Amino acid sequence: MRYTILCYGHEDAVGSWSKEQEAEVMSGLEAVGERLTKAGKMGMSLRLLPTTSATTLRKSHNPPLVIDGPFAETKEQLLGLYIVDVRDLEDALEVARELGRANPHGAYEIRPVALYSPDRRHDAAS
Amino acid sequence: MNEESWIGVALTAARPQAVGALLRYFRNLDLAEEAFQDACLRALKTWPKNGPPRDPTAWLVLVGRNAGLDGVRRARKVEPIPSENVISDVDDVEGPLAERLDEADYRDDVLRLLFVCCHPDLPHTQQIALALRIVCGLSVSQIARAFLVSDAAMEQRITRAKARIAKAKLPFETPGPSERAERLTAVAAMTYLIFNEGYSAGAESARARFCDEAIRLARMLLRMFQTDPEIMGLTALMLLQHARSHARLDKAGEFILLEDQDRSLWDRKRIAEGLALVDKAIRHRQPGPYQIQAAISALHARAQNPKDTDWPEIEALYAALDRMQPSPVVKLNRAVAVSKVRGSAAALEMIEPLASELSGYFYYYGARGAFLMQLDRKEEARTAFNQAIALAKSTAEAAHIRRHLDKLEQATL
Repeated sequence: MRYTILCYGHEDAVGSWSKEQEAEVMSGLEAVGERLTKAGKMGMSLRLLPTTSATTLRKSHNPPLVIDGPFAETKEQLLGLYIVDVRDLEDALEVARELGRANPHGAYEIRPVALYSPDRRHDAAS
Repeated sequence: MNEESWIGVALTAARPQAVGALLRYFRNLDLAEEAFQDACLRALKTWPKNGPPRDPTAWLVLVGRNAGLDGVRRARKVEPIPSENVISDVDDVEGPLAERLDEADYRDDVLRLLFVCCHPDLPHTQQIALALRIVCGLSVSQIARAFLVSDAAMEQRITRAKARIAKAKLPFETPGPSERAERLTAVAAMTYLIFNEGYSAGAESARARFCDEAIRLARMLLRMFQTDPEIMGLTALMLLQHARSHARLDKAGEFILLEDQDRSLWDRKRIAEGLALVDKAIRHRQPGPYQIQAAISALHARAQNPKDTDWPEIEALYAALDRMQPSPVVKLNRAVAVSKVRGSAAALEMIEPLASELSGYFYYYGARGAFLMQLDRKEEARTAFNQAIALAKSTAEAAHIRRHLDKLEQATL
């Protein structure tokens, strides 16, 4: 079962990390990623730039409205995500707990993936 | 990251909004700072036990307000001091408070706090020191080290600056749209000042941190003024410049020209964020000086090789900037672009009229010397380079010109 682990946190706090704190968290997460890779569970992962760089397309208007900023103003922001291939929810939660030990702040939302399209940029040539 | 450092980060991140809200409440900078300090101490005590609150800023504002009120009462000796539990027990009220303290309030609070720091009576260095202390929360000795003065001297400077502000009438009424825009402009200028203070000192200096602080402030302003293209431009400009910070000085601390920099040392993440913001800003079709400067930086950032640089577009952007904010320095920069597009003769012609205005400006003689050298007017080039060296503010600047002079000598031999 594919699960996505959506990483939420205070982006202003993450933006206040020192270089050393940033390196510490990232290497901790990297170590978890390597273990997951060996176990054949690791899908793609990505980290997002701050919500200040976001643009939202509101489809309820015709033509759709382009708005500066993220879709929802929330206390915690979506900072990135992981996709993991695990047995069940318990297994996904275990992965999230492990990631949480490397980066204890914020929250992870764990949601099953309904449709997964891999990176298809290489298909363009053929 | 251990719990203590996580709490430290959360307190730093919440500081501008929390101190801003407390300033509105107490109408006194010292009281607001003390109340925030008090709230931080309580956070260090209670957060590890109860877990951090969902909204650290609202928690700190409420606890700081209670603690501050308590301090005022204690000073008046009217009411008994409430127990620690009463002061820090805000779990039940945090929700409604957070709703009352909505983004619009925070926005004006933070803007006021920053605006107070850029009081026109204060010299720029004091504005910067004050903002770094009060808004960013740097310690006095961190700021003192950066400005190469003793802790005591910096403490005195900050105290004096605060006293000056206390004498002035603080702007506590809710600003109207035009006042808000005016404040935002002043605050944006001060943010860029903080950035430049760090940027000009170089990546290895104790002041380098100012760049990160300025970018943090700009991102915060942008979160509060999401649709302001100039704040997007300012944030992008700083990100794109800061992206080059590890490529612009060599091991000996000498300044490396943009075209000689190792572009693989440019920070791709900062560039990506900067370019995204430039793209967003352009959609608004309300050009402003920060946006134009950011767009120029973006063109440099987009060029994989110096020879891929879109100089005609850069020249057009400098021309637009010069129309918006006429300045001899902008004209000089435009001339450098002109030299790439139409040659050094055209560029030299452009800068001739600037001679008297820029007679004390290092870069004027540096550029003039370079144009003359390209035109093979060696004697005049040598004179210009010597004038530049006399005006150099750093050994790196002087060394850079000396390399040009060496090239001239070799060509003459």
